[in-house]
Amino acid sequence: MIEEKQITVRKQKIRRNHMKAKLIFFVVLTMLLILTALFARAVCPYDPYEQNLLIAQKPPCPEHLFGTDRYGRDMLSRVLVGSTTSIFSTLLLVAIITILGTGIGIACAWKGGIIDTVLMRISDLFLAFPGLVFALAVAGVLGGGVHNAIIALAVIGWPKFARLARGLTLTQKNAPYMMAAKLSGSSTPKLLLKHVLPNIAGPVLVTSVLDIGTMMMELAGLSFLGLGVKPPMAEWGSMINEGRNMLQTAPWMVLAPGAAIFVTVMIFNLLGDTLRDYMDPKQRNK
Amino acid sequence: MGKYIVKRLFQLIPILIGITFLSFAMMRLAGGDAVTYMYENAGVAVSQEIIDQAKAEYGLDQPFLVQYVKWFAGMVTGDMGTSYVSHRDVYETFISKLPATILLTVTSVLLTVLIAVPLGILSAIKQNKWTDYLIRFLSFIGNSMPNFFAALVLIYFLSIKMNLLPVITNDNVAQSLVLPTLTLAISMAAKYTRQVRAAVLEELGKEYVTGARARGIKGRVIIWKSVMKASMLTIITLLALSIGSLLGGTTIVETIFMWDGVGKMAVDAITMRDYPIIQAYVAWMAVIYVLVNLVTDLIYHYLDPRVRLGGEGT
Repeated sequence: MIEEKQITVRKQKIRRNHMKAKLIFFVVLTMLLILTALFARAVCPYDPYEQNLLIAQKPPCPEHLFGTDRYGRDMLSRVLVGSTTSIFSTLLLVAIITILGTGIGIACAWKGGIIDTVLMRISDLFLAFPGLVFALAVAGVLGGGVHNAIIALAVIGWPKFARLARGLTLTQKNAPYMMAAKLSGSSTPKLLLKHVLPNIAGPVLVTSVLDIGTMMMELAGLSFLGLGVKPPMAEWGSMINEGRNMLQTAPWMVLAPGAAIFVTVMIFNLLGDTLRDYMDPKQRNK
Repeated sequence: MGKYIVKRLFQLIPILIGITFLSFAMMRLAGGDAVTYMYENAGVAVSQEIIDQAKAEYGLDQPFLVQYVKWFAGMVTGDMGTSYVSHRDVYETFISKLPATILLTVTSVLLTVLIAVPLGILSAIKQNKWTDYLIRFLSFIGNSMPNFFAALVLIYFLSIKMNLLPVITNDNVAQSLVLPTLTLAISMAAKYTRQVRAAVLEELGKEYVTGARARGIKGRVIIWKSVMKASMLTIITLLALSIGSLLGGTTIVETIFMWDGVGKMAVDAITMRDYPIIQAYVAWMAVIYVLVNLVTDLIYHYLDPRVRLGGEGT
């Protein structure tokens, strides 16, 4: 009996270490992605905006690993530079909806009453909307551009976080330790920042990391439709749109940025999954 | 049941008013000067008087709330104005394009169910075996691929390389339906396989399954008779909720495949700043979505005797 228990404890430890190694691995991969996006301009082999019609639509070759587009611009350089726009606008978007949604959620749970009712009804309203339909309309009305695409997706993205944060805060609010903290004279900002926020940060963080992939695809989708980033600025969604009509003659114009989105989304999804498994042991065996 | 439906329908009213008001307000506030855009689109420079006259003609010079009430009344009675671009009746245009989108949605949902349910169950039964890993790997790949990229990859391999299917719609509906359906089903099935797996696994872990096993009931019988019935609830709810994302998702796919549905109509309207069409699209899509959710709730209540009618808030 005792021996058996020891084995399971040891097994658990191994599993935990394994989890940790996996998490570190994906964190490093993500950091690499972000570093690439930061220093894209410095690492790309050619000027991503320089046109050279002599080498237009060249298939992948040693000089141009991903080939060139119809203006003779190097696809590898464009994909690299595109990562800056694609990755940072997505991260900015996710940061906005996380902070906004969490703030609203905490405020609703803490204050209760009319504020809670009104804000939650509004979030119901947004949840009752088919998200992308609304985002399309907002982006279309605002007239394209990265900023407007981010606004459009932020408008439909925050209720998810507001709901989550509200639910989590409500359970914290009634916990015995909160009563103790209140009785010992902590001010409201202190209660919120030192007690509520650290206790709800885990699930919120996991949700927001898991959201990065989806948001990246939706942002790229808007750009693909011409409602996000506008050419000639390099961004993966709009690059796929540019290459779409030349799919027959120059498929690499679609495949290169497409593969870039695919790999990036996959890395962020894997990071999110691993993070969730790591933070929530109950989910681990699923 | 009848009483419950009536109650739910009444609860829909504030939601519908909220949704339509929101979309209307958005168009009016952010949309700026629709009439000016209209003349810009036509490429003519006009004087202020003509603009004012056109505004009066479209009712744009009235107070905001009056415009909204008029528009809402129009929406209910089927008169949503005329398109700024084609000058055709908005409501008729919308209705004429709707069947194509519904057809695409239905086929994609069907294909999704056909892929996701068996694979999800299989994956759950063979948990942590290579079948499970393979299915999870495939669903992960499908999950990380934006549908417009999946569409282009499918076009490249199936149409250009192997010459099996036409890229854009032709007269053969069945043939031109294949690629868009496949595109939509791939990304949805990837998501639902995972969720079906989780739902089935959760059921499999329950005590009654162990009990049934102990009594010597065959594994297959347990799966099909008990586990499936119990997980069906979760699966149906998920599928119905997915219709929301599908309604938005079809816009991109319809544009790529030139599928003549409401999604393509909306994208075209957005590029042309054809506000009456965009408004009609947003409002009707929201209404359809809300109604689909209502039907889901009703099915849910019908299937699960444990959920007491009316016991749940909206």
